[in-house]
Amino acid sequence: MGRRATPEVNAGSMADIAFLLLIFFLVTTTIEKDKGIARQLPPIEPPTEEPPLIKQKNLFIVNVNKDDQLLVEDELMQLKDLKQAAIEFLDNGGAPAGSPEYCSYCKGKRSPSSSDNPDKAVISVQNDRLTSYKMYIAVQNELVAAYNHLRDRESERLYGWKFTDVSRAINEGTFQGNEEAAKEKLEVIQKLFPLKLSEAEPKTKAQ
Amino acid sequence: MSKFKKKKGGEIPAVNTASLPDIVFMLLFFFMVVTVLRDTDLLVKNELPKADQVEKLKKDRAVFIYAGKPSSRYQDKFGTEGRVQIGDKYTDISNIGLALEEARRKLRPELQDKVYVALKVDGETNTGLVSDIKQVLRERNLLKIMYITTPGNELVSN
Repeated sequence: MGRRATPEVNAGSMADIAFLLLIFFLVTTTIEKDKGIARQLPPIEPPTEEPPLIKQKNLFIVNVNKDDQLLVEDELMQLKDLKQAAIEFLDNGGAPAGSPEYCSYCKGKRSPSSSDNPDKAVISVQNDRLTSYKMYIAVQNELVAAYNHLRDRESERLYGWKFTDVSRAINEGTFQGNEEAAKEKLEVIQKLFPLKLSEAEPKTKAQ
Repeated sequence: MSKFKKKKGGEIPAVNTASLPDIVFMLLFFFMVVTVLRDTDLLVKNELPKADQVEKLKKDRAVFIYAGKPSSRYQDKFGTEGRVQIGDKYTDISNIGLALEEARRKLRPELQDKVYVALKVDGETNTGLVSDIKQVLRERNLLKIMYITTPGNELVSN
């Protein structure tokens, strides 16, 4: 009967060790969630092909110079006014009633000198090589905001929810309900206001 | 002789800390799982511009391009002109294509066709450099890009 009971391992310092590891991982963790503005670059066209002609009135030219100043349709503009100007241009719906290009859902001024309909309207961003990237992104951001504003408006009118909310929910996988049907509806809205942002290559001095 | 001893005095019993290691371990495992150790060393200054109309980047199908001024400790050697970094080293504009191809091959095979090029460019960089990168991407037929930004708005902060 001389068996000794094995002594229990002292687990008192376990917490300390675990804490040490915990603190290490706490410090090194960077929960990175990269977000950004997605773009599709135009493929390189064969040089023989003529670029499609766009009527002057369907073109909204945003020019950013090397000092980060904005020239919108030949007028100097502040960045904060750009979104509204872009919305007015896209939403104009200048094609006369009855013509095949008539835009029934546009709520703009219907000025004949501005864009025919959102499908025809093209926003062209031209920038100098010395434009700062910060300004470039800010301009892109405002233009996307203009599109999102109009898409939200149309999706609220047609379906009663906001385009941006639903597309974000689907992207994050938190959407409740029929995802396929919602995606189809998103596409309908996208067709109403297709994102037509042309990024010209910056003009070289030689041209 | 009573069977039930009376409690000695009215002292407050010590808090039982036996479950403390368990709690700490749970936290530890959480952080171990979510931790992504940085695999690339930044050689360039990288203060991203602000934007709020953003989408999420799907990380499993992205290759990263960094661009900006060389960080202060590299400026003696590489100057202050904007430079491009892919992976762990500076890359020339003309070599971007090859470096990207290399980075793309590390992705999962089924995602290699859906690759997104994530541009992490410093806000102070000239847009000319970005245009050069975009031109190379077009030649390489890597047409899906994403300008990575930080949350915020340029208008509000100014």
